[in-house]
Amino acid sequence: MADILEIRRLTKRFGGLAAVNDVSFSIPEGGIFGLIGPNGAGKTTIFNLVTGVYSLTEGDVRFRGKSVIGLPPFKIADMGITRTFQNIRLFKNLTVFENVLTACHLGASYSILDSVLRLPKFRKEEKALVEKAERLLSIMGLTERRDLVANNLPYGMQRRLEIVRALALDPKLLLLDEPAAGMNPDETEQLMRLISRIRDEFRLSVLVIEHHMDLIMGICERIVVLNFGIKLAEGCPADISKDPKVIEAYLGATEEA
Amino acid sequence: MDWFYIQGILMLAGINLIAVLGLSLLTGFTGLFSFGHAGFMAIGAYLGALMTVSPTTSPAGLGLPFAVGVIAGGAGAGIVSYFIGRITLNLKGDYFCIATLGFGEAIRLILNNVQLFGGSRGWPGVPYKSTLPAIIIVDILAVIFLANLVRSRHGRNMIAVREEELAAQIAGVNVFKYKMIALVVSAVYAGVAGVFFGHYMTFIQPKMFSMTKSTELTIIVIFGGLGSISGSVLGALLLTALPEILRAFEIWRLVFYGAAVILIMISRPKGLMGGMELTPAGIRKARNERKARVQALKESKNSQNGEVGVG
Ligand SMILES: Nc1ncnc2c1ncn2[C@@H]1O[C@H](COP(=O)(O)OP(=O)(O)OP(=O)(O)O)[C@@H](O)[C@H]1O
Ligand SMILES: [Mg+2]
Repeated sequence: MADILEIRRLTKRFGGLAAVNDVSFSIPEGGIFGLIGPNGAGKTTIFNLVTGVYSLTEGDVRFRGKSVIGLPPFKIADMGITRTFQNIRLFKNLTVFENVLTACHLGASYSILDSVLRLPKFRKEEKALVEKAERLLSIMGLTERRDLVANNLPYGMQRRLEIVRALALDPKLLLLDEPAAGMNPDETEQLMRLISRIRDEFRLSVLVIEHHMDLIMGICERIVVLNFGIKLAEGCPADISKDPKVIEAYLGATEEA
Repeated sequence: MDWFYIQGILMLAGINLIAVLGLSLLTGFTGLFSFGHAGFMAIGAYLGALMTVSPTTSPAGLGLPFAVGVIAGGAGAGIVSYFIGRITLNLKGDYFCIATLGFGEAIRLILNNVQLFGGSRGWPGVPYKSTLPAIIIVDILAVIFLANLVRSRHGRNMIAVREEELAAQIAGVNVFKYKMIALVVSAVYAGVAGVFFGHYMTFIQPKMFSMTKSTELTIIVIFGGLGSISGSVLGALLLTALPEILRAFEIWRLVFYGAAVILIMISRPKGLMGGMELTPAGIRKARNERKARVQALKESKNSQNGEVGVG
């Protein structure tokens, strides 16, 4: 199958530090891909480059064959790439429902005049947006918390809401930055099932950064390992967990910690 | 207090309200602080006067109808704000705020030196055209426009920018565009307010549009509560009327005024309305949110051991 995302010789330097150094890999359409490595390896930086938050130093990022280099983040989101954040970034003072409804906006095209005069186009499209947001909440089991202000949600739910907000954009590629951070084993287990389910139900591809090895080994079809900005290894979970280089740089250390 | 006096206070409050509503969109809903909106009021006031002042009293006057003045003042302020936005909206929040401050002062200094408009001595002979009914009608239109804008995908995008700019971008919101819309709308409101102000005072002078005026507008928005139109309305009415009512106390009035503002902000740090709207739908929403919070609290108490892990 064709690749949805192609990262070619990607490099990002902050001053003298090469946070990402000549990294290449491709994610197949419909795949769940893992991105692992020690702290400071450059994982989040790759997300920031792919989503246009940082501008790259060298290389190319292609989404469905088209380069996204130089595009502002909102255009990249429009094309079908979206993400969650390592440190949760919800619209904190808005309710769960409003968080999702806000992100549904790409499905409507009514103008400011349509809204100010409450013209039929506004009413029709707005109704569809509300229905979509409600459907998403119910699929993702957040209907009960609909009116809760995001800030008051339990931590695990906040991570889940961030995923729902991302799904509201109908992405084709979803980037998850440590979605299980701060979750208990129970919630992590649920999250694993959720990610697989999302991939199937929403027909998208997933690139996930995680330190929980159970999650990575359990759901990823392929894994890329980064270390000091350099790609150390790539392969299926079984190979990665046996790779001596990976064990030395990362996996060994995690088990001790 | 006779009716004439009360009417005067109401008119001033109504005029202030127009500017405050615009600033409410920019500051309360989009999260951008401005200390230069008196500059947009000045542009409105002077452009409006340029249109309506009779050519016989001032060489700069065109003697056109008041409505032309209102449209010119609003449009002029809007156009200027567009260019200001092009330069400053890419700056990070605090720098934008400083840039608006510089803009406001620059406008005032320029007007001080335009001899055609009387320079710093001011420009008399502006016709008295701001009637109470006209002001009330504009206030109502301004509220409807704003309320409908805010409760649409466009308004939600602006709120998203206020809440978390980076997340808004990642959610496909063109942050620059929505900041620009908020800025231009707020400038048009300020411009229109400026026209009404000039045609109420019948005399305009650059120092009426100083940074103190800009700050006053921002204080009203914060006092009323960021993200609440009802709060802005209440804030404008209360804080315009208060100094006038306190006028009897002479020099003490500003002390009282300051104390009143501080008192409210201490007892209600989120402002008078704290983001809530005084409408049936707004009250229902606040009630639902409270119910959801109480229920979530109850649940977390019931499942003491289902605790949240540490990040
Ligand atoms: N905006 C920035 N300016 C300067 N240096 C940065 C910036 N962003 C990241 N870095 C540096 O780049 C390196 C890679 O950081 P990155 O956040 O990508 O790591 P990571 O793999 O996500 O680590 P973690 O597992 O801790 O999240 C780090 O050394 C970091 O300090
Ligand atoms: Mg990271």
